[in-house]
Amino acid sequence: MALLELKNVSRHFGGVRAVDGLDLAIEPGQIFGLIGPNGSGKSTTVNLISGLFPLTAGSIVFQNEDLAKLPTHLRLQTGIARTFQNIRLFGQLTVWQNLWVAQNSPADRAKRGFFARWLGGQSGVREEISQLLEFSGLAHKQDELAANLAFGEQRRLELARALATRPTLIMLDEPAAGMNTEEIGQLRERILKIRTQGTTVLLVEHVMELVMGVTDRIAVLNFGQKIAEGTPAEIQADVAVRKAYLGGDA
Amino acid sequence: MDFYFGLAQIIGVHTLIGLSAYIVLLTGQVSLAQAGFFAVGAYVAGMLTVLAGWSILPALAASSLLGALVAGAVGFPALRVKGLMLVIATLAFGEVVRLFFFNFDYQVAKGGVKLGPLGGEGFRQIRYFPENGWTTMQVMLFIWLFVALVMAILWWFDRSRYGAVLRAVGEDELAAQSVGLNLTAVKVSAMTIGGAIAGLGGGIYAHYTTHIEHASFGILLATFALAYPILGGLGSVFGTVVAAIFVQGFLIEGLRFLGDWRNLLFGALILLAMNLRPKGFLDAPTLQWIRRLFGGKSGAA
Repeated sequence: MALLELKNVSRHFGGVRAVDGLDLAIEPGQIFGLIGPNGSGKSTTVNLISGLFPLTAGSIVFQNEDLAKLPTHLRLQTGIARTFQNIRLFGQLTVWQNLWVAQNSPADRAKRGFFARWLGGQSGVREEISQLLEFSGLAHKQDELAANLAFGEQRRLELARALATRPTLIMLDEPAAGMNTEEIGQLRERILKIRTQGTTVLLVEHVMELVMGVTDRIAVLNFGQKIAEGTPAEIQADVAVRKAYLGGDA
Repeated sequence: MDFYFGLAQIIGVHTLIGLSAYIVLLTGQVSLAQAGFFAVGAYVAGMLTVLAGWSILPALAASSLLGALVAGAVGFPALRVKGLMLVIATLAFGEVVRLFFFNFDYQVAKGGVKLGPLGGEGFRQIRYFPENGWTTMQVMLFIWLFVALVMAILWWFDRSRYGAVLRAVGEDELAAQSVGLNLTAVKVSAMTIGGAIAGLGGGIYAHYTTHIEHASFGILLATFALAYPILGGLGSVFGTVVAAIFVQGFLIEGLRFLGDWRNLLFGALILLAMNLRPKGFLDAPTLQWIRRLFGGKSGAA
């Protein structure tokens, strides 16, 4: 049983078919790659799954629940978290507070009552947030304003913030953009660790050394349609993919 | 001395309406409806003490509650629109309230005198404080007790997760949604709390002036309500009180000796203040400096 299933999903903006009849099935525990040229509909797919705009056609089912009618903030409660291609942090909040406001998961609700959750101070959740800060290597920056962080740190914080929602599925929209080789290596380790903790990963990425090295399965989009799907090795060998995206002799 | 107590009363009430706008501004919403909630509170509290013979505290509790209810009811539809649309929508609401009271007659004969709101004439003789022998100083202390209470509550909010959530929604609605925050609930809650503060402020205002009329609750008051937290800085509740003292104490009363020149200087000085302190009187570096002064650790506030 797939964790997330997209059936015939389409999203048209006027005459532009940003996503056109897309079928995807992501199994629990997978690291699933979504690649394709610029404008091929990768980010739109992520936006559709997180509910930023409605589907033109098709259906999205997550853990046997139809997402179509769920507003964005409730989709998170079912266990879907994401990061953004252009980093969107709460810049005037501290690093610590960025993670604090993200604690909205059903598990957090169950653990703490209404007043503790909303009107409680920072001491009640120190342990959990410390772990996330440790994981992202931001422990020494916890009292900095998010806006003052370096670019790589901001990316790490955004990932940590998504993890603070205790997701079942985390969608990373080009997490390696603008990173150097060393940072990409660290990101790779983190993605693998996230999967070890039982979270499924949907990775949208252009950096092939990351995608090919970390994913179990890859789907390739072009002009809003899926042109190939398979293991990293199969994708690298695929003629149509080489023609549309990877380059080299077809 | 009474002059200064009177001035402190005005500053206190203006601080309250400023704080009612402060919490709404934290969520990134610009509301011109605060004067409307303030008016509702003023008329309700006045009618309860004058016509129903209530004591001041339950009357203020009722005005605050009604302010909250009206704000919550306005918040639901109004907060579906954003930016300039919200400004216009809340402005329209404020005018509806004002015009309602312009046409609102509800007079009851008490001891041979007719008391109660009388349309454009206003609502005179809200004489709870003089009838019960309160001195100007006592009324002033009473007002500032509530100012301190409201500031303490908002300060506590600011240090709690709720405060961080309000600011998160104000910073980036898309990101806030994507970490599971319900924008409508957060914004309406801020609007409701702001309405409660404005209703309380209105109730107090009605009693210290003893005479309220629709014209006091227009766009000017709504603008002042927004000006205090913006001028003072949104980093802390204390900015709002500093700005209220600056505007009401210094610009309006302190410059009275200048006669007609005051009105010219008023605008110029506000512009100057905003240019010198673009992020408000109490901006982030200033707050950090104050915190260090008191030996607290910097950072999360």
